[in-house]
Amino acid sequence: MANVAGMCSSFKGELLNGIHALGPGTGVPARTVSTADVVKAALFLVSASRGVADTVYNTTGELAGTGGYTQGGVTVTQGTQPSTSGTTGIFTPSASFVWSSFTSSGAFDCVVLYNSSQGNKEISVHTFSSQSITAGTFTLTMPTNDASNALLRIA
Amino acid sequence: MFGLIKKLFSQKVKIIQTTKGEMEETALEKREGSLENGTEVTNWVEYWHDKELVHRSVNVTLKPQPVAQTIIGGF
Repeated sequence: MANVAGMCSSFKGELLNGIHALGPGTGVPARTVSTADVVKAALFLVSASRGVADTVYNTTGELAGTGGYTQGGVTVTQGTQPSTSGTTGIFTPSASFVWSSFTSSGAFDCVVLYNSSQGNKEISVHTFSSQSITAGTFTLTMPTNDASNALLRIA
Repeated sequence: MFGLIKKLFSQKVKIIQTTKGEMEETALEKREGSLENGTEVTNWVEYWHDKELVHRSVNVTLKPQPVAQTIIGGF
Protein backbone atom coordinates (compact mmCIF):
# COMPACT_ATOMS: atom_id res chain seq x y z
CA MET A 1 0.00 0.00 0.00
CA ALA A 2 1.33 3.43 -0.90
CA ASN A 3 0.21 6.91 -0.12
CA VAL A 4 -1.54 8.68 -2.99
CA ALA A 5 -1.78 12.47 -3.21
CA GLY A 6 -5.01 14.10 -4.33
CA MET A 7 -8.06 16.07 -3.41
CA CYS A 8 -10.39 13.89 -1.37
CA SER A 9 -13.40 12.88 -3.41
CA SER A 10 -15.71 13.48 -0.49
CA PHE A 11 -14.40 17.05 -0.19
CA LYS A 12 -15.63 17.86 -3.68
CA GLY A 13 -19.19 16.93 -2.84
CA GLU A 14 -18.91 18.66 0.51
CA LEU A 15 -17.88 21.91 -1.19
CA LEU A 16 -21.18 21.84 -3.06
CA ASN A 17 -22.94 21.24 0.23
CA GLY A 18 -21.35 24.27 1.90
CA ILE A 19 -19.66 22.17 4.56
CA HIS A 20 -16.21 23.72 4.29
CA ALA A 21 -15.36 27.40 4.85
CA LEU A 22 -11.57 27.60 4.75
CA GLY A 23 -9.25 30.47 5.60
CA PRO A 24 -9.25 33.02 8.41
CA GLY A 25 -12.98 33.65 8.13
CA THR A 26 -12.84 36.81 6.06
CA GLY A 27 -15.59 36.75 3.49
CA VAL A 28 -17.42 33.81 4.99
CA PRO A 29 -21.09 34.80 4.84
CA ALA A 30 -23.45 34.51 7.75
CA ARG A 31 -25.67 31.59 7.00
CA THR A 32 -28.07 29.11 8.44
CA VAL A 33 -26.20 25.96 7.61
CA SER A 34 -29.23 23.71 7.53
CA THR A 35 -30.94 25.79 4.85
CA ALA A 36 -29.89 25.56 1.23
CA ASP A 37 -29.34 28.73 -0.72
CA VAL A 38 -31.82 29.82 -3.36
CA VAL A 39 -30.36 29.34 -6.83
CA LYS A 40 -31.84 31.00 -9.87
CA ALA A 41 -31.50 30.56 -13.63
CA ALA A 42 -31.68 33.52 -15.99
CA LEU A 43 -31.64 33.70 -19.79
CA PHE A 44 -29.32 35.99 -21.76
CA LEU A 45 -29.42 37.38 -25.26
CA VAL A 46 -27.07 36.24 -28.00
CA SER A 47 -25.62 39.76 -27.88
CA ALA A 48 -24.67 39.48 -24.20
CA SER A 49 -21.18 38.83 -22.92
CA ARG A 50 -21.61 36.41 -20.05
CA GLY A 51 -18.71 34.12 -19.16
CA VAL A 52 -16.63 32.53 -16.47
CA ALA A 53 -15.09 35.88 -15.53
CA ASP A 54 -18.49 37.00 -14.24
CA THR A 55 -18.72 37.22 -10.48
CA VAL A 56 -22.20 38.55 -9.78
CA TYR A 57 -25.44 38.24 -11.71
CA ASN A 58 -26.81 41.42 -13.24
CA THR A 59 -29.40 42.19 -15.87
CA THR A 60 -26.96 43.39 -18.54
CA GLY A 61 -27.81 41.40 -21.63
CA GLU A 62 -30.65 39.53 -19.97
CA LEU A 63 -33.94 39.07 -21.78
CA ALA A 64 -36.31 41.95 -21.20
CA GLY A 65 -39.01 41.46 -18.62
CA THR A 66 -41.69 41.10 -21.25
CA GLY A 67 -43.62 38.33 -22.96
CA GLY A 68 -43.94 36.25 -19.82
CA TYR A 69 -40.28 36.49 -18.85
CA THR A 70 -39.34 37.92 -15.45
CA GLN A 71 -35.84 39.31 -15.12
CA GLY A 72 -33.94 37.40 -12.48
CA GLY A 73 -35.09 34.14 -13.98
CA VAL A 74 -36.69 31.11 -12.40
CA THR A 75 -35.91 29.45 -9.09
CA VAL A 76 -33.94 26.24 -9.47
CA THR A 77 -35.49 23.16 -7.87
CA GLN A 78 -32.94 21.49 -5.63
CA GLY A 79 -34.50 18.23 -4.57
CA THR A 80 -31.30 16.25 -4.86
CA GLN A 81 -28.44 16.81 -2.45
CA PRO A 82 -24.99 17.43 -3.92
CA SER A 83 -22.91 14.29 -3.65
CA THR A 84 -19.84 12.48 -4.85
CA SER A 85 -19.95 10.03 -7.75
CA GLY A 86 -16.69 8.14 -7.95
CA THR A 87 -14.11 10.88 -7.52
CA THR A 88 -16.33 13.69 -8.83
CA GLY A 89 -18.45 16.07 -6.81
CA ILE A 90 -21.78 16.47 -8.58
CA PHE A 91 -24.96 18.50 -8.47
CA THR A 92 -27.90 18.64 -10.86
CA PRO A 93 -31.16 20.48 -10.27
CA SER A 94 -33.99 18.03 -9.76
CA ALA A 95 -36.37 19.65 -12.23
CA SER A 96 -36.08 21.19 -15.67
CA PHE A 97 -36.02 24.95 -16.05
CA VAL A 98 -39.27 25.95 -17.72
CA TRP A 99 -40.55 29.24 -19.08
CA SER A 100 -44.11 28.90 -20.32
CA SER A 101 -46.57 31.30 -21.97
CA PHE A 102 -43.39 32.92 -23.15
CA THR A 103 -42.39 35.15 -26.05
CA SER A 104 -38.72 36.03 -25.92
CA SER A 105 -37.67 39.64 -26.42
CA GLY A 106 -34.85 38.49 -28.69
CA ALA A 107 -32.68 35.57 -29.63
CA PHE A 108 -30.96 34.01 -26.62
CA ASP A 109 -28.30 31.34 -26.21
CA CYS A 110 -27.25 31.35 -22.59
CA VAL A 111 -28.51 30.47 -19.12
CA VAL A 112 -26.72 31.71 -16.02
CA LEU A 113 -27.03 30.04 -12.63
CA TYR A 114 -26.51 32.26 -9.61
CA ASN A 115 -26.96 32.19 -5.87
CA SER A 116 -29.62 34.70 -4.94
CA SER A 117 -29.11 34.00 -1.24
CA GLN A 118 -25.47 35.04 -1.37
CA GLY A 119 -25.47 38.40 -3.10
CA ASN A 120 -26.36 36.95 -6.50
CA LYS A 121 -22.92 35.39 -6.87
CA GLU A 122 -22.67 33.56 -10.16
CA ILE A 123 -22.22 29.83 -10.24
CA SER A 124 -22.02 28.85 -13.90
CA VAL A 125 -22.70 29.92 -17.46
CA HIS A 126 -24.17 27.46 -19.95
CA THR A 127 -24.59 28.08 -23.65
CA PHE A 128 -26.66 26.47 -26.39
CA SER A 129 -27.74 27.27 -29.94
CA SER A 130 -29.57 30.54 -30.55
CA GLN A 131 -33.25 30.23 -29.71
CA SER A 132 -36.35 32.35 -29.81
CA ILE A 133 -39.74 31.51 -28.40
CA THR A 134 -43.11 32.66 -29.70
CA ALA A 135 -46.17 32.19 -27.49
CA GLY A 136 -44.63 28.92 -26.38
CA THR A 137 -42.55 27.11 -23.81
CA PHE A 138 -38.81 26.98 -23.37
CA THR A 139 -37.55 23.99 -21.44
CA LEU A 140 -34.02 23.25 -20.35
CA THR A 141 -34.04 19.57 -19.51
CA MET A 142 -31.57 18.54 -16.84
CA PRO A 143 -28.94 15.89 -17.56
CA THR A 144 -28.43 12.70 -15.60
CA ASN A 145 -26.94 13.42 -12.21
CA ASP A 146 -23.76 11.38 -12.45
CA ALA A 147 -20.02 11.90 -12.79
CA SER A 148 -20.21 12.06 -16.58
CA ASN A 149 -23.26 14.23 -17.07
CA ALA A 150 -24.20 16.26 -13.97
CA LEU A 151 -24.81 19.93 -14.58
CA LEU A 152 -22.11 20.94 -12.08
CA ARG A 153 -19.09 18.70 -11.65
CA ILE A 154 -15.93 19.11 -9.63
CA ALA A 155 -13.56 16.50 -11.00
CA MET B 1 -66.08 29.44 -25.89
CA PHE B 2 -68.73 26.91 -24.86
CA GLY B 3 -68.79 25.53 -28.35
CA LEU B 4 -65.03 25.18 -28.34
CA ILE B 5 -65.06 23.34 -25.02
CA LYS B 6 -67.83 21.02 -26.23
CA LYS B 7 -65.82 20.30 -29.36
CA LEU B 8 -62.75 19.59 -27.25
CA PHE B 9 -64.55 16.89 -25.33
CA SER B 10 -66.25 15.37 -28.32
CA GLN B 11 -63.38 15.34 -30.79
CA LYS B 12 -60.30 15.72 -28.56
CA VAL B 13 -59.12 18.65 -30.65
CA LYS B 14 -55.69 19.85 -29.64
CA ILE B 15 -55.60 23.54 -28.77
CA ILE B 16 -52.43 25.54 -29.32
CA GLN B 17 -51.54 28.79 -27.60
CA THR B 18 -50.56 31.26 -30.31
CA THR B 19 -49.90 34.93 -30.76
CA LYS B 20 -53.50 35.14 -31.91
CA GLY B 21 -54.89 33.36 -28.87
CA GLU B 22 -55.98 29.74 -28.62
CA MET B 23 -56.30 28.02 -31.97
CA GLU B 24 -57.13 24.49 -33.04
CA GLU B 25 -54.09 22.57 -34.19
CA THR B 26 -55.90 21.51 -37.34
CA ALA B 27 -56.05 25.15 -38.44
CA LEU B 28 -52.28 25.49 -38.26
CA GLU B 29 -49.27 24.23 -40.15
CA LYS B 30 -46.97 22.32 -37.82
CA ARG B 31 -43.22 22.23 -38.34
CA GLU B 32 -40.82 20.30 -36.13
CA GLY B 33 -37.08 20.03 -36.02
CA SER B 34 -34.15 18.85 -33.99
CA LEU B 35 -30.49 19.58 -33.57
CA GLU B 36 -27.72 17.61 -31.91
CA ASN B 37 -24.18 18.85 -31.59
CA GLY B 38 -21.39 18.75 -29.04
CA THR B 39 -23.23 20.87 -26.50
CA GLU B 40 -26.91 20.04 -26.76
CA VAL B 41 -29.83 18.05 -28.01
CA THR B 42 -32.57 20.43 -29.06
CA ASN B 43 -36.08 19.83 -30.33
CA TRP B 44 -38.51 22.49 -31.44
CA VAL B 45 -42.05 22.74 -32.69
CA GLU B 46 -43.51 25.61 -34.63
CA TYR B 47 -47.03 26.42 -35.71
CA TRP B 48 -47.67 28.70 -38.67
CA HIS B 49 -50.87 30.43 -39.69
CA ASP B 50 -51.14 32.16 -43.06
CA LYS B 51 -47.34 32.12 -43.41
CA GLU B 52 -46.96 33.75 -39.98
CA LEU B 53 -45.16 32.10 -37.08
CA VAL B 54 -47.68 32.05 -34.24
CA HIS B 55 -46.10 29.56 -31.85
CA ARG B 56 -42.61 28.25 -31.20
CA SER B 57 -41.56 26.03 -28.33
CA VAL B 58 -38.11 24.60 -27.69
CA ASN B 59 -36.66 21.89 -25.47
CA VAL B 60 -32.90 21.95 -24.90
CA THR B 61 -30.96 19.21 -23.12
CA LEU B 62 -27.42 20.30 -22.42
CA LYS B 63 -24.57 17.90 -22.85
CA PRO B 64 -21.80 17.96 -20.23
CA GLN B 65 -20.10 21.33 -20.23
CA PRO B 66 -18.16 23.00 -17.42
CA VAL B 67 -16.10 20.82 -15.15
CA ALA B 68 -14.19 22.36 -12.29
CA GLN B 69 -10.82 20.66 -12.03
CA THR B 70 -9.15 20.29 -8.68
CA ILE B 71 -5.38 20.38 -8.24
CA ILE B 72 -3.37 20.07 -5.09
CA GLY B 73 -0.12 21.97 -4.74
CA GLY B 74 3.32 20.75 -3.88
CA PHE B 75 5.59 21.86 -1.07
